[in-house]
Amino acid sequence: MASLTLPAGDRDHAQGPAAAPVTLVEYGDYECPHCGAAYPVVKKLQKKLGKSLRFIYRNFPLTSIHSHAERAAEAAEAAGAQGKFWEMHDWIFEHQDTLEAADLLKAAKALGLDPKKFASEMESQAYLPRVKEDFKSGIRSGVNGTPTFFINGARHDRPPSYEDLLAALNLAIAQA
Amino acid sequence: MISGKKRSTSGRKSVKRGLRSPGTRAPSFSLNSTPDQKVSLSDFRGRSVVLAFYPADWSPVCGDQMALYNECLPEFKRLGGELLGISVDGIWSHLAFAKDRKLKFPLLADFEPKGAVARAYGAYSAGSGASERALFVIDSKGVIRWSYLSPVGINPGAEGILSALESMRGK
Repeated sequence: MASLTLPAGDRDHAQGPAAAPVTLVEYGDYECPHCGAAYPVVKKLQKKLGKSLRFIYRNFPLTSIHSHAERAAEAAEAAGAQGKFWEMHDWIFEHQDTLEAADLLKAAKALGLDPKKFASEMESQAYLPRVKEDFKSGIRSGVNGTPTFFINGARHDRPPSYEDLLAALNLAIAQA
Repeated sequence: MISGKKRSTSGRKSVKRGLRSPGTRAPSFSLNSTPDQKVSLSDFRGRSVVLAFYPADWSPVCGDQMALYNECLPEFKRLGGELLGISVDGIWSHLAFAKDRKLKFPLLADFEPKGAVARAYGAYSAGSGASERALFVIDSKGVIRWSYLSPVGINPGAEGILSALESMRGK
């Protein structure tokens, strides 16, 4: 059974309590339509499970088929450096068709980021190593497409529908 | 990019379907990678080769697997592994597929006689008339060091390949 080789930890962007009984880790690609479809599913799960769920997002951009995915991932990391990772993460998944550099900069401004710092970090690709680190950890954990979810470290090998993920998360909570 | 049906970890072991076993010599081959260019296993003597048999260009799961490997190329290279994709598709299909997916590694056409190389590796499915989804890691001396047969609908990922390449470097 494929499992997470890089445990959830301080380096991660997380929503929900660290002590939550269940942690859901997503390896995602910001330009992937299936990840776009999973985005509202995760939101719904978070609403349903509340403090019982910790959600972590890691980058897995398939750059050859999704030419905007890596830059979008860097943008979210740059936003994260200014304390607004999730705001940018959400913005991107809600605007998957408009991920040009100018769009990302506009989003940064709309989210109240320091646009100069954002632009200069995008220019220098300051967070590319971080994105690549996520990607490598995904490969080593058996990520075989996007999105790939891990529930308390174990790869979720079924289609990521709301019902299915909810059942699996509830099972993990019951076993915690 | 996923399709729902690929999600499972129930990978079948290579022994069950008769893949060429680790420790045996990798059957040699010489196949077209472009209309006027052939790639031979012997071209890679002194280097490790990752041979990825897949059933067909264009099917969504295959695209995923090859797209994933395309992204993993730097890691394969870092560990000294040269990746070759191989299916029974003809060279023109391969060229169009590789262009569409921006693949940066060769796709070999096991086209005439159809599936001959897949058969030599025990990776041919006569029922479907295509190769299985089978992976081989071959060392610098041409010996198979690792193999894996994945259910056709399941993208096996890259972890096994990387582990195999790493363990070979460790020795």
